[in-house]
Amino acid sequence: MTWNWKTGGVALGLAIFIAVLLVKPIGVSTQFVIFDAMVADKINPDLITPTDDGGWTSTNAYLAKSDGKYAKNAANPLNYSFIFVLAMMAGAGISAWLRGGNGKEDNRIPALWRANFGDAAWKRNLAAFGGGFIVLYGARLAGGCTSGHMMSGLMQTALSGYIFTVGAFAAAIPVAMMMYKKDVEL
Amino acid sequence: MTIFLALVVGGLFGFVLDRIGVTNPSIMGRMHALMNLAVMKTILLAIGVGSILMFGGQMVGLVDVGHMSVKTAYIGVFVGGLLLGTGWAVSGYCPGTGLSSAAGGRRDALYFIAGGLLGAAAYMVTYPSVKAMGLLEKIGGGKVTIGTVPGSGYDGLTGLPGDVLGIVLGLVFVVVAFALPERPRKGEPVPVAAE
Repeated sequence: MTWNWKTGGVALGLAIFIAVLLVKPIGVSTQFVIFDAMVADKINPDLITPTDDGGWTSTNAYLAKSDGKYAKNAANPLNYSFIFVLAMMAGAGISAWLRGGNGKEDNRIPALWRANFGDAAWKRNLAAFGGGFIVLYGARLAGGCTSGHMMSGLMQTALSGYIFTVGAFAAAIPVAMMMYKKDVEL
Repeated sequence: MTIFLALVVGGLFGFVLDRIGVTNPSIMGRMHALMNLAVMKTILLAIGVGSILMFGGQMVGLVDVGHMSVKTAYIGVFVGGLLLGTGWAVSGYCPGTGLSSAAGGRRDALYFIAGGLLGAAAYMVTYPSVKAMGLLEKIGGGKVTIGTVPGSGYDGLTGLPGDVLGIVLGLVFVVVAFALPERPRKGEPVPVAAE
């Protein structure tokens, strides 16, 4: 069901290569901001506004930075990066469906979590929510995530990719070693 | 055409993410806790393969150097990496795999996405103070690669030819992927049967 590391590594390598061959390196975390901006602009239409010279800007300094790059993408959802992320979800969904899914129990609480922290879904959901908050705050502070900094960055020999990767694992390894004492056979 | 490429490239990427197992938080947690590094070997091999193909393609003229997109190096990249790593270990998800896992039916991934949207919104709001703290000041020259990639427009940290160095580093990733033990802590944690 899960490809072994050699098959998987070559397949993932080809996928990130095809992205840079045809368009540009992959990246995901920016689209959380774009989605937030789309929703916020629906609630407050003054958030994102066109400029006199045909561009876009925002009353939010982050959306307005780099000549309103994010404001522009939030105003035009049919752009490459946003559709890329939706297509990624579709591709992953199709793959999961073709292999028969993860099973009802694992969809509720993953096996490793259950072995270490028990069967209360609220605990798992709270950890996922809190983890998500820190992950995306960190990704935006870093200017990219595991996709943009780690895979694309290291592939391109970017200094920023190395700095990010060292930071991410310097935190992830000790935190996980403290949290997950019990192993599971998957 | 742009949208068509987004569908093809994004769809392929998502399909592969699911097939290599990173849409399973248990696999990610076991990797982070150094219980099973198979998926680490997958990622290292992928970076190596991608690097060799991209820089090799550039050298023979098949890959447009202009497609490269190098991100800026600054202190916040490291601090943000620490934060992301912490949340990644706690939840077992990163932004791409959280979205992909939700699409594959994982319910906890929906909570990850909700938290992520709130975290991204929090960054949008706090961005001016982050900037004022100096966390976004460039280091090491900012948008730089380790060697100098011909025609890329990016400076090199060193004067070494960036395309040749890219292939060499790509090969290093491949070698490390093969050399890395799959079970470095074998025998230490007591295996517990999964339900």
